[in-house]
Amino acid sequence: MDSREKSASPSIDVGASTPGIKGSPYVAAKHLNIGYSNEVVVANISFELGQGQAIALIGTNGSGKSTLLKTIVGLLTAMGGQLSVFGMPPGNNHSRIAYLGQFHASGFVLPIRAIDVVRMGRFPLYGLWRRMSRRDDEIVMSAMRTMGIEKLADSPLRSLSGGQQQRTYLAQVLAHQADLLVLDEPTAGLDAGGRELYLHAINDELCRGASIVIATHDIQEEAALCHQVMLLARRVVAIGTPQEVLTPEALLEAFGIVVTGEKRLHVLECKHGHDDMERLGLNKPKL
Amino acid sequence: MDLLVTPFSTNGFMLQALIAGILVSIACAIAGTFVILRGLAFIGDALGHGVLPGIAVAILVGFPGIIGAAIGAAFMIGGITLITQRSRLSSDTAIGLLFIGMLSLGVVIVSRSNSFSGDLTRILFGEILGIGIPAILIQLVATVVIAAIAVICARPFLLLSFDPEQAEVAGYSVRLYHNVMLFMIAVTVIVSFQTVGTLLVFGLLIAPAGAGALLARRIEAMMAWAVLFGTLSMYIGLLISYHLNLAAGAAIILVAVVIFFIVFIAQNLRNRRVAHLQEQAHG
Repeated sequence: MDSREKSASPSIDVGASTPGIKGSPYVAAKHLNIGYSNEVVVANISFELGQGQAIALIGTNGSGKSTLLKTIVGLLTAMGGQLSVFGMPPGNNHSRIAYLGQFHASGFVLPIRAIDVVRMGRFPLYGLWRRMSRRDDEIVMSAMRTMGIEKLADSPLRSLSGGQQQRTYLAQVLAHQADLLVLDEPTAGLDAGGRELYLHAINDELCRGASIVIATHDIQEEAALCHQVMLLARRVVAIGTPQEVLTPEALLEAFGIVVTGEKRLHVLECKHGHDDMERLGLNKPKL
Repeated sequence: MDLLVTPFSTNGFMLQALIAGILVSIACAIAGTFVILRGLAFIGDALGHGVLPGIAVAILVGFPGIIGAAIGAAFMIGGITLITQRSRLSSDTAIGLLFIGMLSLGVVIVSRSNSFSGDLTRILFGEILGIGIPAILIQLVATVVIAAIAVICARPFLLLSFDPEQAEVAGYSVRLYHNVMLFMIAVTVIVSFQTVGTLLVFGLLIAPAGAGALLARRIEAMMAWAVLFGTLSMYIGLLISYHLNLAAGAAIILVAVVIFFIVFIAQNLRNRRVAHLQEQAHG
């Protein structure tokens, strides 16, 4: 617990930097220390993420982004402080959390079609036994259409390009219809079209009422779309709204680079009317 | 036709060998598929040899070899887990250590027996032509158990082969299902050693499933191909050994490996032709 006192992070008033959380937060961290193999990577992380909100984690490789994501989904245990996900310790809500990691170990050995990968996104809802229905198939196909890969459904995963594979993994995450999406560099390898579909998709997910945690390098678009941004460099450099955090000074400190030019700051708006989503009744937020 | 069928229709031992061999092929196809997908080839190999001292002791004291094999496999898996958890060594070092240790121990024990080379050959290469009905029944039960495990654990096994982290987040304990998978592989090795021997069971684990991996688009198809190739190896291997008077176990594995290379070459030729046709179409 001493690391709490030792930490040099600027003190963050969680309430003040977390605009408009309704009800209990989906993710709440208080003075959280994260790391692995008994080594703390980032100390004293505090934030709250409410329903329908997105937070972007920005930082260089090794800054602690992936470690935080893995701690939230329960792959790593917290090394101090408090972390609750849906009001419980992490690792207790498998059916409500979809996770996209950075590495897919045996994508090239495993004989598997793209549609089978996307179908795996429904597994957490069905355990070992329970059978999937026609509605699950519709959701799977809808997720593939959202990512523009419906024509690749029967293609072997290993025959797809890197960008097509990434779209497949994203479709898998979407097919879960989870309440919390935890995405590690989701735009890695995507082309411009793929990025556009992805940004549209996460917007729809937020409108559906899901919350999203994203680790990204994309400060121009992806991070600017989120309600909150956390700047990491093995400590919390800054946290707040994109406008507050993505300042040239803070970015210089986190990345050691000078960012010039206008930042494009969007404000998230729910655009309803996505055909598939409407037809399947996916726009209604789950409670 | 006579050459292909008569050996099995006129010789009870040949028919029993074929039945046992097909059951072994099915078990090895299922377990071997996951051995390949999860990169467990080394542990599969090591289990094959790790059971040797158990079998040797069982033979010396007059126990059924299968019980000795089970104890040997349990010892192997326990030892590998212990070394991997309690040291910074990777699992392949742990597997290698136990593998070679158990193999030497097995040979040392067998060398005490009077018919040293006879026993050793029997353990390493099996005695498929001497398989009796009780052994076939045991093999049948084991094959059913292995198939049941694969069906019940289809989702976690698929996720585990795809991405262990994904499996864990989805709520399927990686540790639990990895151990179930090891158990399945161990059972396969233990019950198959009588048929094809500890040295050759490894070949049946990876050659048919490996050929299946080259052809299949889905895990189920990979297993089906593996069953087909395994069964084919059994039949052709037994036939060759009957007509040419060769060692049956080794002949079977040799056929399995040859089938793998035929599939491998055929696929490469086909890929090359497809690439060539595409080039022509574009050019």
